[in-house]
Amino acid sequence: MYQGSIKELHQQLINKERSAVEIAEEVLKHIETVEPKVKAFLSVTAESALNTAKQVDTKIASGESIGILEGIPLGVKDNMCTKGIKTTCASQILANFVPPYESTVTQKLKDAGVVLVGKTNLDEFAMGSSTENSGFQVTANPWDLARVPGGSSGGSAAAVAAGECVVALGSDTGGSIRQPASFCGVVGLKPTYGLVSRYGLVAYASSLDQIGPFSRTVEDSAILLNAIAGYDNYDSTSLKVDIPDYTQYLQPELKKGLKVGIITETFGEGLDSVVAETVQKAIALLESMGAEVKEISCPRFRYGLPVYYMIASSEASANLARYDAVKYGVREESEDLLNMYTNTRASGFGAEVKRRIMLGTYALSAGYYDAYYLKAQKVRTLIKQDFDNAFADVDVLVCPTAPSTAFKAGEKTDDPLSMYLSDLMTIPVNLAGLPGISIPCGFDSQGLPIGLQLISNVLREDVLFHVAHAYEQATQWHKKQPTI
Amino acid sequence: MTIDREEVKKVANLARLNITEAEEEAFTTQLNSILGYFDQLSELDTTDVQPTTRAIETSNITRADELTPFPDKEELLKAAPEQQGEFFRVPKIISSDEG
Repeated sequence: MYQGSIKELHQQLINKERSAVEIAEEVLKHIETVEPKVKAFLSVTAESALNTAKQVDTKIASGESIGILEGIPLGVKDNMCTKGIKTTCASQILANFVPPYESTVTQKLKDAGVVLVGKTNLDEFAMGSSTENSGFQVTANPWDLARVPGGSSGGSAAAVAAGECVVALGSDTGGSIRQPASFCGVVGLKPTYGLVSRYGLVAYASSLDQIGPFSRTVEDSAILLNAIAGYDNYDSTSLKVDIPDYTQYLQPELKKGLKVGIITETFGEGLDSVVAETVQKAIALLESMGAEVKEISCPRFRYGLPVYYMIASSEASANLARYDAVKYGVREESEDLLNMYTNTRASGFGAEVKRRIMLGTYALSAGYYDAYYLKAQKVRTLIKQDFDNAFADVDVLVCPTAPSTAFKAGEKTDDPLSMYLSDLMTIPVNLAGLPGISIPCGFDSQGLPIGLQLISNVLREDVLFHVAHAYEQATQWHKKQPTI
Repeated sequence: MTIDREEVKKVANLARLNITEAEEEAFTTQLNSILGYFDQLSELDTTDVQPTTRAIETSNITRADELTPFPDKEELLKAAPEQQGEFFRVPKIISSDEG
């Protein structure tokens, strides 16, 4: 099991205790050992990983100083384009797609000298909450191989938890970073909408999608965000803001007078009692560390789920219209153009993707727009208002990341609505564009991890890192590792 | 509001999805259940509420309309299922369902 933090590895490289090639080889060997069980990766890029590592070692040998991320093994969700490396979105329709360009995030990380070890599994086109919707393989939860890792970034979460990489990138449209982080006992951050460029991220629901880091510690999360945040000319939704050094907010003590709000509505029906108790304990700990804790009501929070499925499906139906077998992807040979479209899309898309395309097409079709898409957008405004009111009162909101711990594979695949419910706590955050982080806060009786979600106001990642790090330093959860 | 099987067929055509009879039946049931779930939003009066189209409001983003040729045209063409010279090749275009 491989479990170093970025700073530890960086120090070892500088001290020449280990070389970047040794680290890469060790990680690749570990991947070989555990992958048959975990199945987190869709492709492992061993050769290019070793080449990158060699370059880092050459730099060190010649006495040059190296950046904090140089030589650090990274996994990338397979919905981010990597030039020359297959990018499938876990969909049969893109089974053969090799991008001719690099996404902004991976370019930034390449420039920073990270060692890409592979592309991780996901629910097809990031649509799902268990990674069971992958068109290629089902990823297992490293804590219990019979259970799902969560989704849609389940491969990245499982890879980090299993020590198959140090950090990973995921994308989060309705909870796809935070929910799998919770299920796999790692740290998962969804930054403010627009903080990280989405150029090269295969679009699912454009008004919600955001890229963010997975890591085993809050510090690693801050270091990775430092490297990927920032304005990008190629993404018109990216924000023109100054990016601070996020590691400066990592302090051992909680800031005096920090106000924490518990979202009352998240502790209602449908929440597992062990999750409720564990999260309450975490909140009590924050209080004992000096936080002022109060209950905050977000009465429209619960409407997030239906609003999300309408908005996300509508935007997905438009975004996925581009898969027409003309410019890229797999083609189903047919007599004429129309049949080529309909046959390719029939065999190339999986059931959940088709379901959302159908729902979205229906919602956007003539006569229904006002009743569905527009109504959803209006309720979205009300949900945002609840958050605005809350942040007039407190600095950070807390709630469980998911209503339960990881469920068994196959348990929810027949009932889309029950699967959707696992994103109940994370979805409203995307609708409002806010940043949210999930950190480990305990385990249930079967040893499955439980996640605490912290939510802050727009562009207040500093608050998230501050509180998450202080909590982490006061606990030992992040030090526990699964036995695979 | 409910959706019937005929409408599901129509929507599949709009979405350019060739669906089987079994899928037609499954989608009818599942879409109705999702739409039924959505109906809870009618509890909320949204008459005077402005819609939120994106999470963070940004005004129109413009840039100079300057041509930047993609450096690797070959790679772009290679990604296509079928190409001919500098073109993407597709089967015959025959309109079979619209007229």
